[in-house]
Amino acid sequence: MHVLDFEKPIAELEGKIEELRHLAGGDVNIADEVGRLQAKVDKLLRSTYAKLTPWQKTQVARHPERPHALDYIRALIEDFTPLAGDRCFGEDRAIVGGLGRFRGSTVMVIGNEKGSDTESRLKHNFGMAKPEGYRKARRLMEMAGRFGVPVLTLVDTAGAYPGVDAEARGQAEAIARSIEACLDIRVPLISVVIGEGGSGGAIALAAGNAVLMLEHAIYSVISPEGCASILWRSGEAAKDAAEALRLTAQDLHKLGVIDQVVPEPLGGAHRNPDLTFKTLSLAIDSALRDLAGVEGGVLRARRREKFLQMGRTGPV
Amino acid sequence: MNWLTNYVRPKLQALVRPKEVPENLWRKCPACGHMIFHRDLEKALNVCQHCGHHLRLSVGKRLEMLFDDGKFQRIELPKTADDPLKFKDQKRYTDRLKEARAKTGEQDAVVVAHGKMGGIGIVVAAFNFDFQGGSMGVAVGEGIVTAAELAVLQDAPLIVIPASGGARMQEGILSLMQMARTTVAVERVKEKGLPYIVLLTDPTTGGVSASFAMLGDIAIAEPAAVIGFAGARVIETTIREKLPEGFQRAEYLLDKGMVDMVVPRAELRATLVRLLSLLRNRGPAGDLLTLPLDTPDAFPEDSARL
Ligand SMILES: [Zn+2]
Repeated sequence: MHVLDFEKPIAELEGKIEELRHLAGGDVNIADEVGRLQAKVDKLLRSTYAKLTPWQKTQVARHPERPHALDYIRALIEDFTPLAGDRCFGEDRAIVGGLGRFRGSTVMVIGNEKGSDTESRLKHNFGMAKPEGYRKARRLMEMAGRFGVPVLTLVDTAGAYPGVDAEARGQAEAIARSIEACLDIRVPLISVVIGEGGSGGAIALAAGNAVLMLEHAIYSVISPEGCASILWRSGEAAKDAAEALRLTAQDLHKLGVIDQVVPEPLGGAHRNPDLTFKTLSLAIDSALRDLAGVEGGVLRARRREKFLQMGRTGPV
Repeated sequence: MNWLTNYVRPKLQALVRPKEVPENLWRKCPACGHMIFHRDLEKALNVCQHCGHHLRLSVGKRLEMLFDDGKFQRIELPKTADDPLKFKDQKRYTDRLKEARAKTGEQDAVVVAHGKMGGIGIVVAAFNFDFQGGSMGVAVGEGIVTAAELAVLQDAPLIVIPASGGARMQEGILSLMQMARTTVAVERVKEKGLPYIVLLTDPTTGGVSASFAMLGDIAIAEPAAVIGFAGARVIETTIREKLPEGFQRAEYLLDKGMVDMVVPRAELRATLVRLLSLLRNRGPAGDLLTLPLDTPDAFPEDSARL
């Protein structure tokens, strides 16, 4: 497993346990020692993860082994049927989407996919979408609206792709229209920030009736590095920028920007993906139940009113 | 609605503006390098008479230039919380705000005004680039929302004039949320059947371009204005792509199908007046056409064919 800097003491202990097991072979006498070390690991994980700094959370949110959109889709969605293309220009694999069943009911799932190894990262352009990705998202949201199917978005992107071709095809307009679609559809829209919620590329999929965020996910107007290089004129200040931006799920919940923080397993989603899937499944189910039976026009009006008030209520 | 009654005449603003110091009598054109006498520049609406370069225009001048007889009423915007995140980089955000307010005499980066254009009542929200680069925080969002609400209330078209580098970083996620917020606001104007026109000026980038600024019924851009999502420097440094000639300029966007027209400043008012008139005074044929669409079975012969 990829070890983050602040996880090194934990990894060392885990290494010791491995070593002990390896040396002892079938010897049962080491059980006590292993148990003692494991207890130490758990204690250290608990204390470390209970007080992660915003910068550490940024690292966890970007952990290469953290589950990505397709992992959640595989775990939570049956009969997933991917749909492709924006019908204008092309198919952008940085945004995956399609129909499937969540706990028996049809949903439209749309998510940023970062990829999990070199090949898939390239295929999904590291989760950085181009206009065709946002236009596909819009198309799928509108389709869901026509069929009365709830939409589930899984947000995990460093941001929209900053490239010449993306600009040439109207990146700004594509994002704006995707936000507009989020705010326009007459079906429930549940958005979950599963990893990194990066700027306009994230809000394009995240203007939902309910916005959930995993415990160690981040969501920000700009990356800490980007903010540091502009305001501190040094990328080194990313740590300070992460603090100042208030990008953690806990801070965003306090600010009233998100509706719910979904707990992660001890040591983060990457240490126990199955438990993460289970917890999130329950949270999504409950969010969908809250909106079940609400008339489409009301769903839309409530969603719009919620975003119309953002910031109006003043500081927390 | 006290914000409706409070207004400032443009003439009054002119009086309180600081006197021009002698070295400001001449201005160098950033495009061609010619020295331009300030009166000539003012007369030409800040357009260089040598090369046609459009220099930035102050909000006050912009509004004067657009409204009939230069007359408009400014709307006092509802107060929003300063510094909702208690943000501090190398400087406190509250100090940056104080400086920007002292420099511009404005509360934040957007000015909302109403008045007539070609005799048609309109609401305008114009950005002040001098205030923190026209960046969008909660106060700017409030300005757009207020302008949109006023347009609906007055049954008037809405014209928004962005000049903004994008989000106000110091307001973090709340600034990002203004993208969704302003989108709802302008959608409400459009749903009322009111024209929503965006006049894109230099620069319109980032979160501002990726929300209300790209949602206009009609998008007009000033010549050579930089319009785009990602900053050119970001594209160069992160993707290491070579930028094509004229990249993210108004003419480039016109060519790519992202704006309806590029209009020189001198022709802006006439263009807007004509568009407003076409959309608002449609004449008998125009009015008739919209009626049957709302009526069921408006085209019985069509349904018979089905
Ligand atoms: Zn010139």
